[in-house]
Amino acid sequence: MSKYTLNINSKTLQVDVDADTPLLWVLRDSLGLVGTKFGCGIAQCGACTVHLNGNAVRSCSLPVSAVGSNKVTTIEGLSEKGDHPVQQAWNEVDVAQCGYCQTGQIMTASALLSKNPKPTEEQIATAMNAHICRCGTYHRIKEAVVLASSKL
Amino acid sequence: MSTLISTNRRNFLKLAAAAGGGLVLGFHWSNAEAGTMEVMKNGVVPAGSVDFNSYLSISPENVITIFSPNPELGQNIKTSFPMIVAEELNADWSKVKVLQANLDTNRFERQLTGGSGAVPHSWERLRKAGATAKYMLIEAGAKRWKVDASSVTAENGMITHKASGRQLTYGELATEASAIPVPAEVKLKSKKDFTIIGQPIRNVDGFEMYTGKPLFGLDFYREGMLHAMIQRPLSFGTKIKSVDATAAKAMPGIVDVVTFKNNVAVVGKSTWQILKARKLLKIEYEKEDTLESTADHDRLFKELMNTGEATVHRTDGDVATAFKSAAKTIVREYQCPFLSHSPMEPMNFFAHVREDGVELVGPSQTPDAARKVCATLLGVAPDKITLELTRLGGGFGRRLKTDYATEAAELSSIIKAPVKVTWTREDDMTGGSYRPAVRYRFEAALDANGNMIAYKLRGVGINSGNSTREDNFPSGSVDHLLIDSVEHKSPITTGAWRAPITNFLAYAEQAFLDEVAEAAKKDPVQFRLELLDRAKSKPVGAIKYDIDRMKGVIELAAEKSNWGKKKNVSQGFAVYFSHRSYVAHVADVEMKKGKPVIQKITSAADCGVVVNLSGAHQQVRGGVIDGMGHALFGNLTFKDGAVEQKNYNTYRMIRYKEVPEVDVHFVENEIDPTGLGEPALPPTGGAIANAIYKATGKRLYNQPFTLEEKMKGVNLGERM
Repeated sequence: MSKYTLNINSKTLQVDVDADTPLLWVLRDSLGLVGTKFGCGIAQCGACTVHLNGNAVRSCSLPVSAVGSNKVTTIEGLSEKGDHPVQQAWNEVDVAQCGYCQTGQIMTASALLSKNPKPTEEQIATAMNAHICRCGTYHRIKEAVVLASSKL
Repeated sequence: MSTLISTNRRNFLKLAAAAGGGLVLGFHWSNAEAGTMEVMKNGVVPAGSVDFNSYLSISPENVITIFSPNPELGQNIKTSFPMIVAEELNADWSKVKVLQANLDTNRFERQLTGGSGAVPHSWERLRKAGATAKYMLIEAGAKRWKVDASSVTAENGMITHKASGRQLTYGELATEASAIPVPAEVKLKSKKDFTIIGQPIRNVDGFEMYTGKPLFGLDFYREGMLHAMIQRPLSFGTKIKSVDATAAKAMPGIVDVVTFKNNVAVVGKSTWQILKARKLLKIEYEKEDTLESTADHDRLFKELMNTGEATVHRTDGDVATAFKSAAKTIVREYQCPFLSHSPMEPMNFFAHVREDGVELVGPSQTPDAARKVCATLLGVAPDKITLELTRLGGGFGRRLKTDYATEAAELSSIIKAPVKVTWTREDDMTGGSYRPAVRYRFEAALDANGNMIAYKLRGVGINSGNSTREDNFPSGSVDHLLIDSVEHKSPITTGAWRAPITNFLAYAEQAFLDEVAEAAKKDPVQFRLELLDRAKSKPVGAIKYDIDRMKGVIELAAEKSNWGKKKNVSQGFAVYFSHRSYVAHVADVEMKKGKPVIQKITSAADCGVVVNLSGAHQQVRGGVIDGMGHALFGNLTFKDGAVEQKNYNTYRMIRYKEVPEVDVHFVENEIDPTGLGEPALPPTGGAIANAIYKATGKRLYNQPFTLEEKMKGVNLGERM
């Protein structure tokens, strides 16, 4: 076990975990940030997506020792009141079925739009294709990204 | 007033935190960034609320609390159920607060999610729950104002006496209303007067889901709880011979390694620590049954198709004679592989077996069954077991099984500690309860005029039970018919997978009928309509589907898809009746760079009254995508009893780029709701296969389509 000082959602937090612990399990088990989901553990499904310095990354495959002082944003820190344009669009479009994958989807969509507020259909598809939604909410994911983009 | 919720989570946590002051296992609440860890949203009704019935409480401050008793796994029941109550109550939807009820068999019947049956089962109960309370509120208003009840109205959450201009909220009258005798009969609204039912109402858990609040079973944490992962046999047909846990036990954070039944549980302080330690287990397995491979199944299918002892499910007329007299016969076989349910949230359950009772928390489609099995297993009375329902991160039938709940309870009873058992994705894919693999043989006999005079279907399945649905269409429209099945018993475990059996049978049947229509030189839509007309004018045997409703979706899908009128588009048709509802799809396939691409699916569904238009669209689109994804890609194979695909890198799921436009239409009628969680899935594969045939001249007989030799190099979903 080693102590790591992490910058998560603009707060400095310390955890005492094994060096190879994926950020996902630090967030969930050590910090109670359970909005970041465990889906596959091998960076295939995207449920565990967080932002690392604004880039969408898979927290299940990122060891805590590699995080360093980089800025981590989780779904809990995406907006103070849960009103990030992407979150609002997700609610307005009523995207979710089971909802389990949606926080990861939202993190990828928000990372995309922060860099590229007016993405083409193809750019949206390329970003969102990295996620699996077992319920098949893909149409509404597209609709919600387009809606959020229109408000940026 | 009875206690509405057996566990008040917030208080429980406070107690746990106070009692467990010195405990430093795993999670430290002091660093909890999430603040509270309420698994359930708003776990309690507001203080002073008045219970009107099992579903409904109203607080003096006018909070309308409606309980949703059934497990929510994405079918949107947690929004739809309360809508039905609120409709008859004439409530102001914005004042409604929805709570997930825990397992409570005294208050609720059929607290399960399966068979697309929740709304059909509860429709009238929910309406009466709302209507009864509305009646009592009106009576209470009339009593207070000393006027006749017929002059008092309940609209949009307000009780009004129009003549005098007096008005009170439901909340203001709730206490008085609770003293009004409950009427034996209440008048329900006319369906044309619905203002909430039929509207697109947003998911009541939307905000919580999109902000990452703890909702799901896996999000459940409690101070002092231990984590566990279980190593189960990787090959079906093997059992543990010996376990060497020395290395695993020596790992940091590991509390214990426990062997029970065929399970080796690694118990520790954090998920990652147990995951790592589990890899160090040295377990020797020995064979206790046959170790089957997919190659064995392929061979068995062909053998049993001809020589297997079949169970006959339906016979009409004289099939043998009819086939002998036929002008033309068509025989085709179709095969599908095993599938994993693969809900996004891996299996998990929390259990705390104490001296005085058992606490279970987690995602279950069948909480009552889970409790019963646990009660038997632990020798505890069921009423000593509480089961708190979390939101389910998908189910698709996997969570109808109780294995993952009972193993947590068993482990907790052994280690005498609260424990959450978490499965990895690999555990889920290798852990069984799959959609059974099935092979079908269809035979049809046509007379000289192209009429189908005889029809045969045999299903051969692996742990599939009856792999046919003998009373479905086209039964009833053919004079001579024989439907039977053969089952091979295997150590590989299977279970209900969304639209059990029909999820594959429908494709095979609808693809076959397309060939029969072609042989009869008839348009596929016209061919089906003629069969249905025949079933109506001259029914053969029992007819257990509604002919008019089936025709209705066929005609609507044909109209909305411009059937047969599109240029440069190849269309395929399929229709299916399952779980009381009717769905027809038309698939549009276009050739792009010489390869077929699925561009659009037009769907027509008849599920009776649509409760929530937003959720209903989701169920149809989701069903289509589920059906398409698994028809194109889904494939679980075995080698010596072990699953070969263990995670999403080898078990392929449909993704964003592969999804075509899905245009959904509903038949408008006033039939009581008949269910929608499953019926859109079954006909999808058939519509797609039939459209691909039109586009390429190639018939598809095996799923997944993309592994068919003739589809080599084709990704049917790729549009970009």
